[in-house]
Order: sequence, then structure tokens, then C-alpha cells
Amino acid sequence: MAGLAGTLLPAFGYLPALGRGGFSLEPWHRFAALPGIWTSVGRSLATGIATTLVSLGIAVALCAAWHGTAWFRHSQRLLAPLLSVPHAAAAFGISFLLAPSGWLMRWISPSLTGFARPPDWLTVHDPHGISLTVGLVVKEVPFLLIMMLAAMAQSDADRSRRVALSFGYGPMTGWLKGVFPRLYPQIRLPVLAVLAYGISVVDVAMILGPTNPHPLAVRLVRLFNDPDLSWRLPASAGAMVQGVLVGVGIVIWTGLERWVRAAGSRWVVSGRRHPEDRALRFAAGAVWVLATGLLIAGLAAMGLWAFADGWRFPEVWPDRLTWTTWERHADGLRAPLVNTLSLALGATGMAMLLAVGLLEAEARSERGSWTRFGGLLYLPLIVPQVAFLFGAQILLLSAAMDGRWLAVAWMHLVFVFPYVFLTLSGAYRAWDRRFESVGMCLGASRFGVFLRVKLPMLLRALTAAAAVGFSVSVGQYLPTLLIGGGRLPTITTEAVALAAGGDLRVIALHALVQMALPLMAFGLAVLIPGWQFRNRRALQAAS
Amino acid sequence: MIASRRFRALLALIAVVVESAAAPDWADILNEARGQTVYWNAWGGDARVNRHIAWAAAAAQQAFGIEVRHVKLADTADAVSRVLAEKSAGRTSGGSVDLLWVNGENFAAMKQHGLLYGPFVHLLPNHHWLDTNNLPLLSDFTVPADGLEAPWSVAQLVLLFDRDRLTTPPRTPDALLAWARAHPGRFAYPRPPDFLGTTFLKQLLLQLTTNHPALGSPATAAEFQRWTTPLWQYLDALHPHVWRQARAFPGGGPALVRLLADAEVDLTLAFSPEAAASGILSGQLPGTARTTGFEGGSIGNVSFLAIPFNSRSRSGALVLANFLLSPVAQARKQDPSEMGARTVLAVERLDPADRDLFERLPRHEASPSPGDLGPLLPEPHPYWMDRLEQEWERRYGGR
Repeated sequence: MAGLAGTLLPAFGYLPALGRGGFSLEPWHRFAALPGIWTSVGRSLATGIATTLVSLGIAVALCAAWHGTAWFRHSQRLLAPLLSVPHAAAAFGISFLLAPSGWLMRWISPSLTGFARPPDWLTVHDPHGISLTVGLVVKEVPFLLIMMLAAMAQSDADRSRRVALSFGYGPMTGWLKGVFPRLYPQIRLPVLAVLAYGISVVDVAMILGPTNPHPLAVRLVRLFNDPDLSWRLPASAGAMVQGVLVGVGIVIWTGLERWVRAAGSRWVVSGRRHPEDRALRFAAGAVWVLATGLLIAGLAAMGLWAFADGWRFPEVWPDRLTWTTWERHADGLRAPLVNTLSLALGATGMAMLLAVGLLEAEARSERGSWTRFGGLLYLPLIVPQVAFLFGAQILLLSAAMDGRWLAVAWMHLVFVFPYVFLTLSGAYRAWDRRFESVGMCLGASRFGVFLRVKLPMLLRALTAAAAVGFSVSVGQYLPTLLIGGGRLPTITTEAVALAAGGDLRVIALHALVQMALPLMAFGLAVLIPGWQFRNRRALQAAS
Repeated sequence: MIASRRFRALLALIAVVVESAAAPDWADILNEARGQTVYWNAWGGDARVNRHIAWAAAAAQQAFGIEVRHVKLADTADAVSRVLAEKSAGRTSGGSVDLLWVNGENFAAMKQHGLLYGPFVHLLPNHHWLDTNNLPLLSDFTVPADGLEAPWSVAQLVLLFDRDRLTTPPRTPDALLAWARAHPGRFAYPRPPDFLGTTFLKQLLLQLTTNHPALGSPATAAEFQRWTTPLWQYLDALHPHVWRQARAFPGGGPALVRLLADAEVDLTLAFSPEAAASGILSGQLPGTARTTGFEGGSIGNVSFLAIPFNSRSRSGALVLANFLLSPVAQARKQDPSEMGARTVLAVERLDPADRDLFERLPRHEASPSPGDLGPLLPEPHPYWMDRLEQEWERRYGGR
């Protein structure tokens, strides 16, 4: 909040450190006069909405088409690894696939295309943000799927689906009519988070997005970083615009939701069963395979780069694979790894305690969901980081707290907590309270039930939330750098610093390491419940 | 104008005299530095630079007992922000940045807002060897350094190309335009305000106006329009033939190296004559990469080391800055297999043993011969830089 004030005041011309004590609208005029700024604004909004629509569409279509089948259960195992890929790493991978000098082009060049040199095509960085949207979608679909799976486990989706099938509904229609309407409220917040992220994303937009002009968030980071410090004032104004833009996105999305609900509810009760939906189901599967394939191929390319020694267009494979890059950088990785782990564990631990505490208090409170303290909780997801971090930094500096592990971990918590809460709350709120009554009838105390029935039943959601929190913490760049004063280098700060240098081998190496940590967390998130539930069939089936 | 410049020089001189009267002895500084930890904030985007910094850190630890930690920045402005935030929060000592690799606009901003310690350069024993006669070491993008930053190395705008795909690179603006017309999409320059992109604009401006003296000072709007008209006409003609028809621009120097390595372009820019050599040695560029200079010379400038006003380990920072100016460190930095950054020392004035360090440096086959490079051209006044960036943005940035 204080950080936000540190953004709001400069937006109206107040920044004493630069000798600006008065209030004026000048920053707004300067912001509005930036060339092409409204193109940037439009692109950001369009990218966010397109990303959310497409991602949700794919996730829903996939669940509708294949939920309950063996193939679906198998492909779920892919989700955690996919989710653990840092956005920037995925974006680098995608860019190395889709660029005119990229892997796809190398597979068909020069044999099919005759291109001995890459063609001058605007594939990545395209002005309409299509490659940016693709890059975001491949990352958001797994996120939404995991959220949907967690919610479905709690909403009896499987039985509803089977009931619908037995009434002669096609699998997709049955799921859409029987499961989705109950599911959507539970995943609404994750969907809005995807929307906000798509509108204000920085790193992916730098790697894949339009460059002339850049999307709004990228321009803001540049303004905040401008050596001419007076640009901070218009940048703060821009940050307000960015916040409002996310608000506009949410309003538009809510409008869409209304329209879908109105149209959908007529369809649900129409009784149409659409029993023959084979083609559509395969199409949904194909899109999913394509999206996942893109991501995996991109990551494979990254993996190769980390070992490549000489890899020029149009070669499909590197000349040689070596450990040279790893040997050169092994020493430099140790300290950042330790910092990354300790920060992620600390922030995630705090976030989990806080989230469970709040949700449990809510469950016990008579007035219901008082913890839905409006959008407040989600502010860190909606306000662009770069904007309020500057304010928060000054606050922590005044308290001589900057550069301390605790301050950085606390700043991570600000970003980790909303995601943990988001991941956990759906399942937590949907927990059937009759279990509690049963437990208490059997003579257990309320706390005993909480500890021995509720938490174990929610274990899958808990571990998933922890893994999400862990990976959010691992991915933090700006908070770590600004609040840590550079004293606590993490894998991500190193990766971003080196990404500025453009040596793909070094970028790839750091991306792989950065990816490995959340991957382990998600691995544990899958393994721990699996092991715990090894002799509890009903809970296994819930996955 | 001249009078005021003279007056300012006098003031600076008085300041230096007063400072040196009160200045601590170098031996005291060395003593105080022992045991200090120096947080050296420096761009961390290049693995070779990072390795060189790690070498310097180990050497300084051994020789002077100071612990050097490299804070790897993605953007120097991050550190400027931090010092600014510290000043906002009233922290006038115990700051988090001790030594900063800085130049250009970042230096100007820090100087303007009183974020720097100094003048300190006269305190460093090695400053006697600086080649102030031949190199523009006293000002940073025409902003007087006033001893607030110590020169670290010299860079110069050059053309970077692949000899296999382009045997005789065009070395004048006209030749470049003709070549680009004949080879559409094979040349790229980064979008200003990336410093390489902006430097390219300034280079074109200098060449298209045959280095007109008006560029050395601020100008009126009418003068700006008059002298930059040829530049915009030139870019209007060039843009349809550059990489992606100027509908997208590469981000900066490292991106250009990748474009050349990926064969997306055949010709681009770099800011170090050793760019090709060090790219080859690090395996990023094919062995056929080369650099050459612009005909008639090109813009060069100097990167510097500065100490923020609130540095916690000021003595340690001074000792480190002095070490980085030593012949040993400078020769190592100039080695193409290390960094390939040209020294700021007057090599001919050094002791024979120290001179030998430089003379024994291997010359890489990809390095340009001195004849290719031409003289270092002076930067235009910062007035032009700001306005060029704004006008470029207005004309080409919002499409």
C-alpha cells in the first residue's frame, strides 16, 4: 500500500528526491504525449484478453473432451513440469522455434525452402502480438488446467460426467453442461490472474512481443529505468494507466462472462445432447498436443543450446555437444542457488501458514467469506511490479531493512501469497463440511478433525499451492533486485542479467537451472500425495 | 561562453587543490581499505566481462585484502535508481553501492542529482598514466567528468560483418545505403535509445553534416531542424531496406551479435573494435566475423568507474579503482581473449616492463588493423543526443 503511494504521488508530480515538491498534471501530459503510447496500450489489452480467451478455451475444451479418460490422466503428469517452466525460459524456447532463423525453419531449410539464409520475415516480435500470445498461451494452459483439476477434485466432476453420459449426452456436451457451470466460479480468480498477467507481462513481452512500439508494460519498465530521472514521474502516471487497463480488462471479461452465462444457460436447459462430438474432441486434443509440443520443442532447443558448441543456420543440430558452458559457470551458480532456495522456502512457508490460517478462520466464521477482502489481496498481481516496488524500496530503506534476507523474503511473500491463496482457496472452500460433522460425532476435537481429516484430504491442493508459491518465488526478478540491493543474487537475477548479454548458451544454462527448481517442487507436489494416498482409493481417484 | 568555460575550469582547479590539501594519504586509504567489502555494481550481461571482474576481485583480495562482490546488473540504471532511493530515504552513508561501472546518461543523471562522491580521480596513484592527451577521458558524453569518475576503457563504434557473406563492407553512409538497397534485410541497427542505436544516429549526423561545428553546442529548434534534415531523409531512404523493413528493431548490441551469428544479417554495428575477435573466442560468432571502422573515423567514448556519495566502503572502492587502472589490469582487459577493451593508459609513457605487458598481447586475426579504424570522433553535445532520440521516436517509434 505504501509502495502504491510511492507511485501515486510521483504520478501527480510529487517526488522530493528529484526536487519535485508540488502537484501537477504535467507527468500525465508527458505520458500521453509519448509517440505511439495508445498503440502500446491497445496491444497490451488485446494481448491480455486474447491470451485469456484462447488459454481458457483450450483448457475447457480439453477437459470437456477428455476428462475421465486414461489418456487425460496420463497427460496430467505433464502439467507440473510444464507449469514449472519459467515464463522467460519458455519465451526464449518459443522464440528459438519460431524465428526465421529458428529450429522449425532449420528443419526444412535449405532442403525444402531453399533458404541458405533466414528469410526476412517478421515472425517473432510481430506487430499484432501473435507470437507473444502464443508464448503466453502455452504457459497459461497448464496453469488453468491444474486449477481446474484441483477444483474438479472437489466438485464431484467425475460422477456428474458419468450421469450426463448415461443420459445420452455427448462427452463434451455433458461436461460443459454438467460440470463447467459449477467449476467456473472456482477458477474465476485464476482466470482473472491470467488476464492481469497477460496485460502487464514484461519479460515474455520483451522476448516475443512487438518492438515498435513495445507493449505498455515494457515501455513503463524502460521509463522507470531511464537515466533521465525526471521520466519517473510520467512513468508513475503510466503505471496508474496500467493498473486501470487491467481494471478495464476485468470489466470487459466480466461482460463476456455475463454474455456467456446468458447464452449458455439457455443452451444447458435446451436438452440438446450432441452425442456425436468425436471430431471436436480430437480437435481439442490436437490443439493441446500442439501447444504442449511447441513448449516442449522450445525447451528441447534451449536444452541443446546449453550444451551447444557452434550452431549456425541452417544446421539442424549443433556441431558438438560439450560441458564447457557448465564448467565455466558452475562456481557462479552456487551462491545464487542457495539464496533462491532459502527465499522460496521461506516465502512459501509463510504464505502457506497465512493462507491456511485465513481460510480456516473464514470457514469457522459465521459470516462466511470475509476473507474475500475485495481485490486488495490481488493488488500485487494487478499493479505493475515496477510501479510500487520503487515506493516499497524507499520505505524499506528508511527502515534500514533493504538488502536483508527477511526484507526480500517478505517482498516475495507479497507476490507468492496471492498465488498460494488463489490455488488453495477454491479447494478449501469447496471442502465438504459434513466430514467435519462426522469427525466430531466420532469424538474428535475440532482441531483434531482439522489436522487429521481436513488437511490430509486437502493435501493435494496444499502441495499444489506450495509448489505454485515456490515457483512464483523462484521467478521473482525485480523485487529481489530492488529490495535485495543486489546482495542476494538468485538464479533468476543472474539469468536476467545474462539474458541482457544475448549469449544463448549462457541464457539456456540458467533457464535450465531456473526450471529445475520448480520442477522439483512440482514433482514433490505430485509424489507426496501419491505416496500418502497409496492406500486410499477415493483420494487417488480424485486426481 | 568561453569566459564561463574558463571560469568553470578555474573552479574545478580550485576544487582539486582544496581537495588534495585535505586529501588523505594513499597509505592511509590502503590501510583503511583492508578488510572492507566492496560491492561493485556492473552490467552483468557478458560472461567475459563477468570473468574479468571475477579475476580482478580475486587479485584485489590477494593484494589489498579487500573483498569484492560483483553485483550483476541487467541495466546500470537499476543501480542509479537504488542510490536515488537511498538518497530519498535519507541514507547519506552506509549505501549499498560502492563502485559503479557507469557512463553517459547515467553519469549525467547522477552528477546532476548529487549522487556521486568526489572528485577522487586525483587520489589514485595510477591516474598519472592516463592518456588524457589522445583520448577523451576528461568528459563523459561531453559532460565534464570533473574527477567524479575514473576512466576504465575506451570503446569505438565499428561495423561488424561476416567476411564469408560480405567481402568489402560499405564504410560510408552512402555506400551503406547503396549496399542495403542491393541486399534488403541484411543490415540492422538497434532502436534508440539503446546507446548503440543512438550512437549510430550521431555517427550518421556527423558524417552527413561533415562534422559541422554546430553539433558541439546546444542549438535552436530551427538549427536542429536544419542540421538533422539530411539524417531523416537518409533514414527514410534506408529503413525500407533494413532488417524487417524497420517494422521491428533489435534490442541492442548482444542481440546484433546473435543476428549476425544466426545469419539473419550480414552487416551490423558494434561498440568495440575487438567485438569480432572476442565473439569468435567465446564461440558466439563464426571464425569469419570481422570488424572495420567507418571511413573518416567514428564516435568513441570511454566507460568509467564512479563511487556513489554514500558508499559504505569508500577506501576499498578507491583501492579497487586504482588497481583497475594499473598496467596489469589494463593489459589483461585489452587482451582479446579476456575482454578486448582498449586501455585508457598512455602505453608509451609506462615503464618498459609494464609496456611489455601491452606489446606482448596477441593480435587476433579478426581485429581491425589500426588503419581501418580512423580517429575517434568527438560526441556531439548532449543536446543533440536527447533531441535525436525524441525525434527518432516521433518519426519511427510509434508505428
